[in-house]
Amino acid sequence: MVKSMRSNVKIDQPNRYSLDAAINLRPTNEWSLINRIKKNKASYVLIAPYFILFFIFTVLPVIMSMALGFTNFNVLEPPEFIGWGNYIRLFLNDDIFRIAIKNTLIFAVITGPISYLMCLIFAWIINEFKGKIRAFVTLIFYAPSISGNAYVVWNLILRGDRYGILNGILLQLDLIDSPIIWMKTEKYVLMFLIIVQLWLSLGTGFLTFIAGLQTIDKALYESAAIDGVKNRWQELWYITLPSMKPQLLFGAVMQITQSFAVADISIQLAGNPSVNYAGTTIVTHLLDYGSARYEMGYASAIATVLFLLMVGTNKLVQKLLRKVGN
Amino acid sequence: MKRVYGGRKKLFRSLRGHRNLNRSMAGNMTLFIFMGICSVFMAVPLVFVISNAFKPLDELFRYPPRLFPRYPSFDNFADLLVLMSNSWVPFSRYILNTIMITGGGTLGHVIVASMAAYPLAKHDFPGKNILFNIVVLSLMFTWQVTQVPNYLIISKLGINNTYLAVILPAFAYGLGLYLMKQFIEQIQDSLLEAARLDGASEYKIYRSIIMPNVKPAWLTLAVLQFQTMWGNTGSQFLRDEQLKPLQYALLQIVNSGPARQGAAAVVTLIIAAIPITFFIICQSSIIETMTTSGMKE
Repeated sequence: MVKSMRSNVKIDQPNRYSLDAAINLRPTNEWSLINRIKKNKASYVLIAPYFILFFIFTVLPVIMSMALGFTNFNVLEPPEFIGWGNYIRLFLNDDIFRIAIKNTLIFAVITGPISYLMCLIFAWIINEFKGKIRAFVTLIFYAPSISGNAYVVWNLILRGDRYGILNGILLQLDLIDSPIIWMKTEKYVLMFLIIVQLWLSLGTGFLTFIAGLQTIDKALYESAAIDGVKNRWQELWYITLPSMKPQLLFGAVMQITQSFAVADISIQLAGNPSVNYAGTTIVTHLLDYGSARYEMGYASAIATVLFLLMVGTNKLVQKLLRKVGN
Repeated sequence: MKRVYGGRKKLFRSLRGHRNLNRSMAGNMTLFIFMGICSVFMAVPLVFVISNAFKPLDELFRYPPRLFPRYPSFDNFADLLVLMSNSWVPFSRYILNTIMITGGGTLGHVIVASMAAYPLAKHDFPGKNILFNIVVLSLMFTWQVTQVPNYLIISKLGINNTYLAVILPAFAYGLGLYLMKQFIEQIQDSLLEAARLDGASEYKIYRSIIMPNVKPAWLTLAVLQFQTMWGNTGSQFLRDEQLKPLQYALLQIVNSGPARQGAAAVVTLIIAAIPITFFIICQSSIIETMTTSGMKE
């Protein structure tokens, strides 16, 4: 047993560069595919519970949804195959979808990078503090995104009459003469959605970065100081960021899924449909069709388009992130 | 390593066991003030959530609203208790359901996902890159449209209207696997090799080397998953009122009109407070591992 494990070590070794490793270790006659599978029995046993459930409850539904994208499906009657019909309608005949794409892109391009940098910068600054203060600041920053639908308090702030907090303040300061119905005025809707999203943005990525910063080897900083790293900025760029690259990649994916799939805050604060579709995003549009009109086939087609959009963005972002610290 | 620092510098001593390496006092002060301002922006809306729960009804509807109640009272809490005792499913039952769903879903996900993450990060076996990429891609599919297929699958499996319908899919969420894999990747290979040479099995390595070394990661995952499960009303798969979680019952109260605004304010507070409490508990142990662990090379 021990012996076989020793020989196992050799093929198990490569990790970070697993792609190269996979190429180098392409089965020669001695390491045929079946042999390699047998050798790695323990790996398969460990991943089995997760992947069995994952295929049943995630992969299968996703494949089914993608297939439904080519059908007319109202949930009650069996789906009817219509080929590219949904996609043709989506791109050629659906003006609101065009607005939805435009809003989603504006929203994602602004909130995505800003949120990501906020997560990173705040996590890093918090890491400079210690003990109780550090715990307290983490809590304050993380609390908005953990507290369920607490963001509906923004409804109080953005209320359209003179009793709204924002209107109240602006009236008091004589900056406006009459209250503005913020969330019903086309030009403000997207702006406030972005602000609320930024308020909520210190979530998954933020917490992961905080945990990531803690796993960095402390000795690295000491040797870096000896090697001539002068200030905290150099330390950040040359040591901290490269050391937490896995977390940076993870954070980016989470950020992309968050920024592109925004829907709840738009529905809660601006309504669905919002005034002149100013707050319509791809997902609110999808929900409009999926849950209000029961056109699941069409909704699935929208989901597939959004999926491709995210995958493309992710490819681009991952490429950029690989440059960090080089 | 225990040292005693005095004065203001104590505030900024980094947790790295050395003091003010590459740190200037001016820089520290700037950061401190900057964070202070940002904290206020982050905290104000939450202060409303808290203070609203203590406002008597007339103050809740008072305009312009005050940040703090003038006559704080526990009336809203009392109202909520009355409403809760009137529901035909006893509230203890809702609490039990929540413990089963949130507890089971969180614990299961952390274990199952990290178990799968270890081989994906550290072994080289056929199919691993494909499997991992599928998980990452799955994060980008809008979950709302998979609800109908999901419902069909769950009915076919015959677990509709049981806890399992909510818990089992939660075991295999994509986020946990991805998160754990990224952290496990950073563990030094030499540590694992040493264990293998000592004759440790892969399961043993997972239990006694991987998991202790990535404690901050799985505690973080527990926080994230707890929050997801706590927010899950399970209303799609749980038909019976006796199976529904607390979140569902509480939201019913919020949604039942302006007469219950007082109770609703308390509900909003409770819904926010429970995951926050869980986070505080986990956070203290994250920091604890951080200062004590010398396991990493």
